[in-house]
Amino acid sequence: MDPLDIARWQFGITTVYHFVMVPLTIGLAVLVAGMQTAWYRTGNRRYLKMTKFWGKLMLVNFAMGVVTGIVQEFQFGMSWSAYSRFVGDVFGAPLAMEGIVAFFVESTFLGLWIFGWDRLSKGVHLACVWAFSLATVASAYFILAANSWMQHPVGVEMVDGVPRLNSIWAVLGNNTALAAIPHTVLGCFAVAGAFLVGVAAWKIHSRHRAAPALTDPAADEDTREDRKLWHTSMRLGAWVGVVAFAGLAITGDFQAKLMFQQQPMKMASAEALCHTEQPASFSVFAIGDVARPDCENVKSFTVPYVLSYLANGELDSEVKGVQELIPEYQERFGTHYPDDPALGKMAGQPIEYVPNLPATYWGFRFMIGFGSVAAAGAVAVLWLTRGGRFPRWRGWPLLAVASIATPFLGNIAGWIFTELGRQPFVVAPNPDPSGVDGVWMFTAAAVSSGVSGGEMLTSLIGLTTVYAVLAVVEVFLMVRFIRGGVESVMPPEKGEDDDDDVLSFAY
Amino acid sequence: MDLPTVWFCVIALLWLGYLFLEGFDFGVGMLLPILGRREEERRVLINTIGPVWDGNEVWLIVAVGATFAAFPPWYAGLLSAAYLPLLLLLLVLIGRGVAFEYRGKVDTARWRRAWDIVIVLASWLAPMMVGLVLTATVFGLPIDVDGNRVGGPLVILTLVNVVGALAFWGFSLLHGALFLSLKTAGEVRERARRIGLQWGLPLLLPTVALVLAAQVGQGHAWTWIPIAVAGIVSVLAWWCLHRWREGQAFALQGIGLAAVVVALFGTLWPNVLPSTLDPTWSLSIEGAASSPYTLAVITWVAAFGTPAVMVYQGWTYWVFRKRIGTHHIPAVHAPS
Repeated sequence: MDPLDIARWQFGITTVYHFVMVPLTIGLAVLVAGMQTAWYRTGNRRYLKMTKFWGKLMLVNFAMGVVTGIVQEFQFGMSWSAYSRFVGDVFGAPLAMEGIVAFFVESTFLGLWIFGWDRLSKGVHLACVWAFSLATVASAYFILAANSWMQHPVGVEMVDGVPRLNSIWAVLGNNTALAAIPHTVLGCFAVAGAFLVGVAAWKIHSRHRAAPALTDPAADEDTREDRKLWHTSMRLGAWVGVVAFAGLAITGDFQAKLMFQQQPMKMASAEALCHTEQPASFSVFAIGDVARPDCENVKSFTVPYVLSYLANGELDSEVKGVQELIPEYQERFGTHYPDDPALGKMAGQPIEYVPNLPATYWGFRFMIGFGSVAAAGAVAVLWLTRGGRFPRWRGWPLLAVASIATPFLGNIAGWIFTELGRQPFVVAPNPDPSGVDGVWMFTAAAVSSGVSGGEMLTSLIGLTTVYAVLAVVEVFLMVRFIRGGVESVMPPEKGEDDDDDVLSFAY
Repeated sequence: MDLPTVWFCVIALLWLGYLFLEGFDFGVGMLLPILGRREEERRVLINTIGPVWDGNEVWLIVAVGATFAAFPPWYAGLLSAAYLPLLLLLLVLIGRGVAFEYRGKVDTARWRRAWDIVIVLASWLAPMMVGLVLTATVFGLPIDVDGNRVGGPLVILTLVNVVGALAFWGFSLLHGALFLSLKTAGEVRERARRIGLQWGLPLLLPTVALVLAAQVGQGHAWTWIPIAVAGIVSVLAWWCLHRWREGQAFALQGIGLAAVVVALFGTLWPNVLPSTLDPTWSLSIEGAASSPYTLAVITWVAAFGTPAVMVYQGWTYWVFRKRIGTHHIPAVHAPS
């Protein structure tokens, strides 16, 4: 196998896997901080129990996010050394900033939070969880600023054929980044919201089937309190899901408009829009083969005017299609890769300017589709559980558990779309006249030329194997803690004659 | 001092922070089966580093990230040339981090034994890989004019690099023993101290060999000074441990490490990654540095960020400053 293909597969797999772990951590961290704040303000033990329970699940997941994140940072140098040399002057800065400003805070204050329950005053302990959770959001900001630069390079000038940073504010304030950050962070909240709903619905179903109404007079105080805890968690999750989706729709629309300007080929591919249209229709779904850029054999169900509106905010504007964009790209960047041995099997080959059409077309649809399903589910939950109700239908907790997957799938689809849609470029060229000319790089030119295919294959196999095993372990642990409920995360109450020296928490 | 030289020093400082901090938590992992004879003792060991190991590891992430930002060709050349050792490092760090977090989450002997094996294996292998790669950057790699490795994936396994791997491995073990003698109470503390007293010299031998090889091969006159300092403080550290002054011994050992890092980066200067094929292909501080603007940007971030990190990480060590003994360890609390 060609090193380029393996390096791309490895980057894709490790990045998607990392981004399955990270959104749940970010979303849960902020929600747990909120729960602990509620406990701090009201003294209500229900919020303490919620903090401990959801906090424990967050920790089980956090470990995986951290360890898979290290791979990401090393991978640029190991597998993509040509890329690292080309963009290091600008791309390395947000990465270093993430480490110094965000990652140190995250890891240090998380340790203080986990082990500090009886060592720190309540207020300081609460500040630790906020420091941790806000730092996870700050991390996301720096990483997305770096990623957005690859989608829309700004703040640089070309010196001796290499982009050199001339404004860090342009990079950190890149409009692509400012659109991507709220969209991605809201995606994290959608994930955490669905997780709360699914888990809490399951808990209510498995423990309180006999008492569907919150006000059942037959139940004793403990049972009722337990029931209330899950009910509060479930409603919180559903509200978070609904609000997150509303935000996702707004930021997604804003992001799409930017993308039509900055990466027209990506959006044309997302729509399988083969020929320029005016006004352009939005394709809801397609039957047939969307892989061919000439659009034969495709029957697409469309809504007129919507794509024009998505692209420019006007109902009858022109949107360029794939067929018209190809010659524009060929004119600017050539029809063939340079005949340079560093490009491996791509040397001298014709350049394919259209990204993988099925992946971009369906990636875009799955992102929106799964997000909408999650949002509809959250609205349904809010309606069905109003006033302490809990539906008697046996199938619905299963449905709630299954729907945990929907925002995850939406996130994954979104990333696959946004990264594959950039191909064949690793640093996408800037069509925007205000952008810097000449700042772009082919993915084929970015791979490490000193590294053999065997090494890459070893790491692809090694990492995917370890990732697969750990995914099983994480799910196993999550299920155990969910089954164990609040009792399994609250330390037993200390008796009068217990030794005060015993730590409140230890590994 | 110009900015590239400043950043060469900052990266040396970040590596020093990493080697010092994660050095002892690697050592604790290595000593797990040796000092932790019973389950409660193993939990004592793990909990001495429980609140801090994750923060320690971030020093590695920042050292590598800062290299990417300040010296992209160094980052690209070193990481791609050392592909397989770094892959192994990543795999064991993944296992190790998860193991600490997951080990106590199921209350069965089999579960704990499985994660203990991961912790021990990872704690033995990880410092060797770090030592191997750092030594390779000091002594150079066969890189061509473009900074790409010439030769197979194993060209990094030279004699001196293997000595470097053993050096950080031995240092970590000793450092971990000193840390445990400072942080634990009871039998574990006494056993840890005995290891420090009996094995101190043999464990530091590869470091001595490494530093002398660097000095003889490519040293400057002034780099003899830190080497002498390292030698003197190591003897003093041993003496302090002998007199039961464990805190002083640990601090002196840290000064010794700082002196060794200064000596090694000193002999590397003015290069960042020498080429063993042709000296003109070596990556130098000036040649590999990012633009003055980028360096200025990250200098501002580091100037405000790094002292803050030191303050709050120092505070963490203060919060968890108490020695831990088996009587501090709570009963296992996990879902059944």
